[in-house]
Amino acid sequence: MFLWFHKLGSPPHFYRIAGKWLPWLNWAFMILLLAGLYGGLILAPPDYQQGESYRIIFIHVPAAWMSLFIYVVMAVCGAVIIVWRMKLAEVVLISSAPIGASFTFLALITGSLWGKPMWGTYWVWDARLTSELILLFLYLGVIGLHNAIEDRRTAARAVAILALVGVVNIPIIHYSVEWWHSLHQGPTVTKFDKPSIHWSMLLPLLLMALAFQVYYVLALFHRCRAELLRRERNSKWVEEL
Amino acid sequence: MTPARKKRLGLILLMVAGVAVGVGFALKSLDQNIMFFFTPSEVVSGKAPANKLFRMGGMVVAGSVHRPGDGLTVHFDLTDNEQNVTVQFAGILPDLFREGQGIIANGKLGESGEFVAEEVLAKHDETYMPPELAGMHSETEQPQ
Repeated sequence: MFLWFHKLGSPPHFYRIAGKWLPWLNWAFMILLLAGLYGGLILAPPDYQQGESYRIIFIHVPAAWMSLFIYVVMAVCGAVIIVWRMKLAEVVLISSAPIGASFTFLALITGSLWGKPMWGTYWVWDARLTSELILLFLYLGVIGLHNAIEDRRTAARAVAILALVGVVNIPIIHYSVEWWHSLHQGPTVTKFDKPSIHWSMLLPLLLMALAFQVYYVLALFHRCRAELLRRERNSKWVEEL
Repeated sequence: MTPARKKRLGLILLMVAGVAVGVGFALKSLDQNIMFFFTPSEVVSGKAPANKLFRMGGMVVAGSVHRPGDGLTVHFDLTDNEQNVTVQFAGILPDLFREGQGIIANGKLGESGEFVAEEVLAKHDETYMPPELAGMHSETEQPQ
């Protein structure tokens, strides 16, 4: 296991393995996405209060989950960079940032569009919305800081620190709706209780979450391979490709 | 793990813990400012600011909604199951506004103790279900 992990950490090996996985991930993503969308937009019944407009959750909720998940991945990579100086972790961290930023943006936009008819406003400065906006700025900060430093390894160490410091925001986002009075509703699925959503809506929601997860890995592998080629362009294994 | 790595791991753990404690204290001291709204009990006990806009959240008491006079101004009671505060509002209510629904009103206290709202937002609860099941399931979830 450890040996396998160690081997995966070497750029040429990762490049090859990721390349092999790409077509499978493509198919898995397509199937999950189509199943999730069909289930969510056509099979699932309308909500008892919100009618049809609740269907935005099939995009909004998985996107918001991914925005948190990807940040945690980046923070773990940050720790690995600082402690073990692993090159692949640097590549994964910086390749994750734009994907995470996109998911955060998507969650904010879809939530805002839903907020207007349901709450009566596009935006309020409550704890959940504000902390999610800070998350977007953290992602943009990681991207900006990485671009501002010329040397890639120094840049990676700087963004590792930023990613680690910012991880404090993640539990704040999750618990913001419980610690403070907020306009945003409490958790429906991610709590130690029965999810307060009917299974006919929960199932497509989980399918969409899985589809987004697979999309993340797919996009990450693409970005990592490109970043690896850029970094190692003078090395022997790249010339042999 | 080599000693150098152990030291670096210790340092970053210390750093994250330090930041967490710092942010924790900052949020603790900002507590009231982060609260998006006051509950009717807090308003009745005088915790809400006087002569200043603030938000009050609670549930619309069933049977309390009425429109006296011109029909534009709506009156209703907000409750947190302990205290009630009467709200008056002239404007368009959001789709989800109904009796028993959690809402948040932005405004200030009037002279006779009623809350004069300038804006009313509906607070949706976290329950999703098909309409057929709604009747069987009602009143089990309490929106805040």
